Amino acid sequence: MDASSGLAPHPHVEHDPHHHEGGHDHHELPFWRKYIISTDHKVIGIQYGITGLIFLFFGFSLMMLMRWQLAYPGQALPVIGNALGHLFGPDSMPDGKMTPEFYNSLGAMHGTIMIFLGIVPIAFAAFGNFVVPLQIGAPDMTFPKINMASYQAFFFGGCVMLVSFFVPGGAAKGGWTSYTPLAVIADKGPAYDPVFNGQTLWLIGFILLITSSLLGAINFIATIIQLRAKGMTWMRLPFFVWAQFVTAFLLLLAFPPLESAVVMQLMDRVAGTSFFMPSGLVINGVPLHISGGGSPLLWQHLFWFLGHPEVYVLILPGMGIVAEIIANNTRKPLWGYKSLVFAALVLGFLSFIVWAHHMWLTGMGSTVSAFFQTTTMIISIPSVIILSAFFISLWGGSIRFNVPMLFATAFLPMFGIGGLTGIPLAFNSADLYLHDTYYVIAHFHYIVAPGTIFAVFAGIYFWFPKATGRRMNEFWGKVHFWPSLICMNIIFLPMFLQGMLGMHRRWYDGGQGWTFANEKVWGLSGFEWNTPISIAAWVMGLAQIPFIINFFWSMKHGKKVNDNPWEATTLEWTAPSPPPHGNFEVAPVAYRGPYEYSLPGRETDFTMQNEPMRESDRKAYEAAAAVH
Amino acid sequence: MEIPYTVTARPDTGLWNAKVGIWLFLASEVMLFGGLFSAYVFLRLDADPGAWPHGLLNVPVGTMNTAILIVSSVTVVMAWASLKMRRFRAYWWYMLVTILCGVIFLGVKLIYEWPQKFEHFGAFIKKDALEKYEPYLGNHHLAEKGLPPRTEISGHLHNHEALHDENVKEYEIALDPVNADPANPAMDRPHFLYIPPTEKVAKIEKADVEYANMFLPKHSAYFASYFTITGLHGLHVLAGVIVFTYLWLPVGTKLYKRNPEHLANRVEVAGLFWHFVDLIWIYVFALFYLL
Repeated sequence: MDASSGLAPHPHVEHDPHHHEGGHDHHELPFWRKYIISTDHKVIGIQYGITGLIFLFFGFSLMMLMRWQLAYPGQALPVIGNALGHLFGPDSMPDGKMTPEFYNSLGAMHGTIMIFLGIVPIAFAAFGNFVVPLQIGAPDMTFPKINMASYQAFFFGGCVMLVSFFVPGGAAKGGWTSYTPLAVIADKGPAYDPVFNGQTLWLIGFILLITSSLLGAINFIATIIQLRAKGMTWMRLPFFVWAQFVTAFLLLLAFPPLESAVVMQLMDRVAGTSFFMPSGLVINGVPLHISGGGSPLLWQHLFWFLGHPEVYVLILPGMGIVAEIIANNTRKPLWGYKSLVFAALVLGFLSFIVWAHHMWLTGMGSTVSAFFQTTTMIISIPSVIILSAFFISLWGGSIRFNVPMLFATAFLPMFGIGGLTGIPLAFNSADLYLHDTYYVIAHFHYIVAPGTIFAVFAGIYFWFPKATGRRMNEFWGKVHFWPSLICMNIIFLPMFLQGMLGMHRRWYDGGQGWTFANEKVWGLSGFEWNTPISIAAWVMGLAQIPFIINFFWSMKHGKKVNDNPWEATTLEWTAPSPPPHGNFEVAPVAYRGPYEYSLPGRETDFTMQNEPMRESDRKAYEAAAAVH
Repeated sequence: MEIPYTVTARPDTGLWNAKVGIWLFLASEVMLFGGLFSAYVFLRLDADPGAWPHGLLNVPVGTMNTAILIVSSVTVVMAWASLKMRRFRAYWWYMLVTILCGVIFLGVKLIYEWPQKFEHFGAFIKKDALEKYEPYLGNHHLAEKGLPPRTEISGHLHNHEALHDENVKEYEIALDPVNADPANPAMDRPHFLYIPPTEKVAKIEKADVEYANMFLPKHSAYFASYFTITGLHGLHVLAGVIVFTYLWLPVGTKLYKRNPEHLANRVEVAGLFWHFVDLIWIYVFALFYLL
């Protein structure tokens, strides 16, 4: 990430006396201004990316620990068990054996960290920050200082979440959903600090994270509306930009109700109110001294009002990345661009009215259930449109299987499995059985893990040359890809079996003590399936090492490439690699759509968006229009 | 390349950047307060008949605060219009009035309205002891008229130590008018004007009390939502006052001399936020004071 080399060829501009704040400074900035508190969208994108990747690996490590407990319940973790016990305090892993409380902490924090500190910051904030302004031909985001504040709020929110592991009692243990009343009464009592305890810090961290995503979302939408280059009309935006646009709206409108809920839960914990506490609550035989009159269901409604749009926040940027890479590597226009755009918009809208399908078991009543079951069925239509358009895009292309394309291609069936297995969960009668089992875990992990995370890897390999001017190693990329793909499936496919056996997702002993979990399916009992799953999880952890080394090694030693190594068409590839502060030396103009590959009458098989129209182009477009 | 449209509008959208930003921010604010107001609706619908309190807030004071905010909404528009007409002096005065209105509003909340609640006390009587306190509750009278029963006795607590000391067995309170004379038909509905506690003192045994506390957020679902929503609204008012003060101080003068249109834009954006804060207050006033 040697941005200074990008700054060097830039002409020195004298300071204008009328020059206002938020303007550009072409002086060499000190290190901390350039990389730590930068307002440049590219630096902020990279900050988000690296911080997010670290959190992603940390969250995954928590799961690798849990997998030991699930496969070998009650046994001491060899080699590192004792050290971890010292690190996380005496209540975590005494003698290397995991306590139930620590297991619960790991589960809650795995979910929280992976979603809110890993995937959203990478898929939305990192890629969005780095790529969107470049793709629309803008010099930066509209509000660079707010952009910086957004990253800082995210960073502090992440720190608060991490610190919570080391306070007395450890991190939050109420699940990543923090259902009340459990979350309100957890981490309370003489052994805990009134503020510096796991659950309260979780809430405070969340307020910071929500603030961060709010600032980011405003910036993204305003940038896409205001800073599109000349000629960059709405229907000439790359699909990635559309996906980010819809995602930003989801974050903008779905997160604040959760913020209100978090504030209320904080009041419940700190000020002793009863927003989510029903009357007559008795804990361990002792009636709670609270006013009561609150509603636990209220928390669930507010939580899932965010929670469901959040699913699309996780997946839409992934779809956007995959769209770019598929068009680039099939060397032909993306199939059904307009359908994709409208599908993404419909998906965004519908995602606001499906949330209660997470709550079939709460007894909301059959009328409410029927409504949400219907909307949930309808929302599968735009998802299927998007996936179908991607599959049809592959049809008849002479596909280049480079590393980004491998990940993008793997995304399609993996996301497909995740999506289709969601249908039984959408029906409330089928969900009564499957709810809170490993089936649910398998379903949504297929969407987020081999789905979004593969898209994220694809995006990293794809845009790495733009950020650094160098390419990541292809061979080690393949060494990263194949084990990851195989392990993902060994991890999550058997979970469908476990779930259909009825194994509960929050069991601490992996099902060892339950008769029905010891029933045989495909040669192993439900409990015994934990062993291959766990081994696959650890192997997948090892498979990330080539990626990590490749990532850092290639920054300095990767193969140098030109500004457009993939021969792509969108505007970010017209800027120098890495782009200087201000991105483009002259304001770019867009003359055509984003995916003009293999345009007849052209000497290359890619025609960039900023290439002016020729007579031959006009003829080619007319011929194409006549066919339709 | 510089970031365009920071002061002048983009031709095809007709907007400059900050205006897009503030409207998006306000959309998210609608969802934030929407979450809180829907919580209010949820809790109120869930409450037992008669359990949701009425008439605890001072309507005339609330009306005055509403009027103050509306006046400030007008003056902030005048401040913006003055800038557009390049009349800086007038802008300065209008902005000062706006800031003062915000400060008075916060003062009334923090010095008068909230502390008055903190000194008030209420005890919810257990179901089987309601009959014992009939002289203070007047439930026979209410039942005759088909009104929901009362379960709370409120007023001024004489022995504060009763809240913490387990050896004190009863609460001694100077009753609110409604508990002092519960069978009086004038007490069937909440009063428009606030009436302070009477001289009449009642003793309530702790053993008969389900839950008792000062009028703090933890007192009831009503006060929990009241303090949370007005608290969050108060923070918004404070934020508005801070931004206005920043634009009113010499920083604003300097910006005016450099680029008056830029200052006008900033005042417009801050003003839009201020109008939103006023609008939220109108809902707060209706939901908590009037309904």
